[in-house]
Amino acid sequence: MLELTSVTAGYGAFTALWDVSLRVATSEAVAVVGPNGAGKTTLLRVISGLIAPRAGTLTFEGAPIGGRPAYEIVGHGIAHVPEGRRIFPALTVADNLKMGAFLPAARKRFAERLARVYALFPVLAERQKQRAGSLSGGEQQMLAVGRALMSGPKLILLDEPSMGLAPVMVLRLFDLIRRVREEGYTILVVEQNVRQVLKLVDRAYLLEVGRIKMEGRADALSEQDFVRKAYVGL
Amino acid sequence: MIDPLFLAEAAINGLLLGGVLALLALGLNLIFGVIDIVWIAYVDLVMICMYAVYFSVQVYGYPIWLGGLASVALGALLGIGVHLLIISPILSSAPVNQLLATGGLLFFLQSFATFLWTTDHRSVRLSLPRLEIMDMPISVARLIAFVLAVLVMLGLYLFLTRTYIGTAIRAVSQDREAMSLMGANPQRVYLVTSAVGGAMAGVAAALLIIQYAVHPFFGAAFGPITFMICVLGGLGNMVGAFVASFVMSEVIAISGVIWSTEMGYVIAFVVFIVMIFARPGGILAKRS
Repeated sequence: MLELTSVTAGYGAFTALWDVSLRVATSEAVAVVGPNGAGKTTLLRVISGLIAPRAGTLTFEGAPIGGRPAYEIVGHGIAHVPEGRRIFPALTVADNLKMGAFLPAARKRFAERLARVYALFPVLAERQKQRAGSLSGGEQQMLAVGRALMSGPKLILLDEPSMGLAPVMVLRLFDLIRRVREEGYTILVVEQNVRQVLKLVDRAYLLEVGRIKMEGRADALSEQDFVRKAYVGL
Repeated sequence: MIDPLFLAEAAINGLLLGGVLALLALGLNLIFGVIDIVWIAYVDLVMICMYAVYFSVQVYGYPIWLGGLASVALGALLGIGVHLLIISPILSSAPVNQLLATGGLLFFLQSFATFLWTTDHRSVRLSLPRLEIMDMPISVARLIAFVLAVLVMLGLYLFLTRTYIGTAIRAVSQDREAMSLMGANPQRVYLVTSAVGGAMAGVAAALLIIQYAVHPFFGAAFGPITFMICVLGGLGNMVGAFVASFVMSEVIAISGVIWSTEMGYVIAFVVFIVMIFARPGGILAKRS
């Protein structure tokens, strides 16, 4: 479904990703793990079009998407839940979800998708009239995921969904992501919480200083391998 | 001691003036809130639109409502033009350059108007009935301007809260990048915002020309007070600007009858300076 071949990208004079190749098959869940500053966020930002790749090709369902602007790529069926959630704090929960369905194609199916999102995250239905900025961290993360689902994506990019959440909330959130998976969405998730994320996905990549260092099936790769590699470097 | 009737009359005049000032301030604030750029020449665009109404009505003899519609259309076009020709090319440059560019536009528009239409004061003469409420003469032109301003602001509110594009405009002002992930091209949202802001200038022009004569330096009379209102309300804060408009117009109107009109503006500036020190984030800002 998604295929990256030798992608290099960065900001200004700084190169954050070197020659990264990665693929995600339809209805697969894939994780990218690695220490802080490994380039995980940059990887997702290149895929969703927030930054343009310097070299390499990106294709989604056969169509080249490398260097296309973000507002176009979402129309291909890629929804990005960015680092730090990035909900619209002064808009209501309902208006945030409405913005998730901004594309004309998504507006037509607004009511149906809204019902699905509310079924998946009942707390959002309870708080639909509240300002999004007044939600707790976990609720904001649910809103960010729900907002992404409103565009009717085929692939969801999740950037550090557990960041800044209390341990209990992290478990609940991974549960919810598992349910999103079961609905048939393809997921590419970037996480620092290696233990939890390996239980969720089929395959994983280890990213380190901008390069893919390891990849494999999640059940074959023990958490220890990744943790040792990622944080101790052995 | 001043006759309380004079004070009441001043208060009503202040209220009526506040409606039009609020319209100006909201247009300017909308653009600032979304695009993060202050259109220094905003009231000069109003001035150009006022000439459009003047020529439509006084010179070509069209009815005033048609002149008003022409003014709104021209305002929207000017807004789009300003964005495409002046703002868009320098959007990512230093803020001071953006101020200089829209400041340059101000001088261009003033000179342009002086060159084409001389410095004569021109007004649209409408035959409106006289109105008296409890022995107080009320300007019907001001009353109409106030009512229409309130209606247009209500329309703007509904546009910004009920429509996809209006909500997207508010969303972009909070997080431009996140909104591009929703599928909105920020450039297009900016263009719509500029057109709406420009149309608001056009509405304001039509409401001002029935009360005041237009001349090339009209912007100098209403520009500073509009900026003061925006800053007082908190730049980008629509509700704050709305409240600040009425605070300022009442200060000007009431100190105008107690002392003089000039003194009214002096007091308004004093209030502004004091408020900037007391509440730098705007009157509605939460104290930190």
